[in-house]
Amino acid sequence: MIRLLTLLALLAFGAPALAQSPEKIVAGLSNNQIAITASFNGSDILVFGAVKRDAPIPEGKPLQVIITLEGPPNPVAVSRKGHVWGIWINTQTVRLNAAPAFYAVATSGPLSDVLSHTDDLRYKITIPQAIEDIGTAHQAADAPAFVDALVRIRQAEGLYVVDQNAVTVEQSTLFHADLKLPANLIEGIYKARIFITRDGKVIAEHQSDVLVRKIGLERWLYRLAQDQPPVYGLLSLVIAIAAGWLASAVFRLVKR
Amino acid sequence: MQIYLPIAEVSVNLYVLLGIGGGVGLLSGIFGVGGGFLITPLLLFIGVPPGVAVATGANQVVAASVSGLMVHIRRRTVDFKMGTVMLVGGFLGSNLGIYIFELMKRAGQTELFVQFSYVFFMGIIGLMMFQESFRAIRRARNPALAAGANRQRSRHSWVQRWPMKMKFRTSGLYISVIPPFAIGLMVGVLSATMGVGGGFIIVPAMIYILGMNTRVVVGTSLFQIIFVTAYSVMAHAIANQSVDMALAVLLIVGGVVGAQIGTVIGFRLKAEQLRILLALLVLAVAVKIGLDLVLKPADLYSIRSVNHP
Repeated sequence: MIRLLTLLALLAFGAPALAQSPEKIVAGLSNNQIAITASFNGSDILVFGAVKRDAPIPEGKPLQVIITLEGPPNPVAVSRKGHVWGIWINTQTVRLNAAPAFYAVATSGPLSDVLSHTDDLRYKITIPQAIEDIGTAHQAADAPAFVDALVRIRQAEGLYVVDQNAVTVEQSTLFHADLKLPANLIEGIYKARIFITRDGKVIAEHQSDVLVRKIGLERWLYRLAQDQPPVYGLLSLVIAIAAGWLASAVFRLVKR
Repeated sequence: MQIYLPIAEVSVNLYVLLGIGGGVGLLSGIFGVGGGFLITPLLLFIGVPPGVAVATGANQVVAASVSGLMVHIRRRTVDFKMGTVMLVGGFLGSNLGIYIFELMKRAGQTELFVQFSYVFFMGIIGLMMFQESFRAIRRARNPALAAGANRQRSRHSWVQRWPMKMKFRTSGLYISVIPPFAIGLMVGVLSATMGVGGGFIIVPAMIYILGMNTRVVVGTSLFQIIFVTAYSVMAHAIANQSVDMALAVLLIVGGVVGAQIGTVIGFRLKAEQLRILLALLVLAVAVKIGLDLVLKPADLYSIRSVNHP
């Protein structure tokens, strides 16, 4: 009996509202792979799609679109300097289990209009939600200040981006957005998510992956450094010594 | 033109890298210092992660030092015997230094330790060199003071009373092997803990403690720096995979050219002038790092990736 009740309760409250949604997202990315070459200087991804529906467009506020692109999560340490005996040293450090190396949010309108706070918490859409800050409270009394600092520093570096009104929506059906990726990307699987909202509530979600990887010489050097460290170290030294000797020999010839 | 560095995983301007390599190479050729104490802060400044900056800086120092050493070998201004004695001490010292560094890491204050070492050692050595070379220049201008200079030189003789004497013909010395060995050891410790070749310490130590002929000091210092930094490159490559070969090659291209020009300039300058300039350079870096500790930073917060070098 109890089991049946739980099942009913799950059906009534637990199951996401999306399942019954008459509107679905059909979307594509201009590229699912980004190759980092030696001359890599950032990249663009065009995200485009349409809303597929079985019924006419519901009444009410217009449809809004939010697109997020999230880089691989990494543990991060945020330190704060304090004044101790006349010098500034790191006095407090908060370790975060997972903060994305890159995070971009593009919306079709002001964030406060297109997304409610509850759905932001549920789908982890805005930047603060993307950062895993569980277990930081016991590391510092004002742990949120450290998270804010992380967001502020990464925003200044162009690694965390919020671009409101960057998504263009046409006739509540077609949408597209141009996402810019900075030059200092790291390798990994980047997760692109598309949400459509109405009245701040998420009514459909779509996800696809973008693979960012080094190719050619970049990949070869990286793999050699990881797989054959002694060979890599010796090769670095041989290059250094040969270059030093060569330069000296060339200059000697030039001077004659 | 931007270039993406495979290990550092950042994109930097190609000409900035060539410029840094060239500038540091020039100084390394003039003064016989590897330039590690300049290149590491400069790489940090353009956004290279600290671990990569230290390891790759060491690789660039190897190249610049080889380039400079070749010129000194042709001019016969390298004391290989003295350099080898120092090197034996240097290898022992760098292993000791790696151990000390590990202890500091466990205490959680590596950054502070490195900054303090820089300010302390570079401050003291810079001041000593500045004072001495300033006096030497005044003596050269005013012959009346020269009489006192000869008396001062004999102060080095305490080194000569130690046992295990060896003849260092190129340096014009017949002294115990213990002082050069000890200097090598100390420099090895410092190079492993501070991520530098140790040239700025070894050059004044050879002049003021050992009383070596100043003509062979620079070449001999370069000889010893090559091996100490090569050892450190291997250690970093194996332990942290933090040597960025693409970054190193670009720094090297600028660096070897700079070092050749620098060596020629170095031969034209007088020894006292050379020392006073090196003293000012060392002091400038010490003051800069000292100010970073004392002045309130623009941003109290800093971030670092935990699993990235």
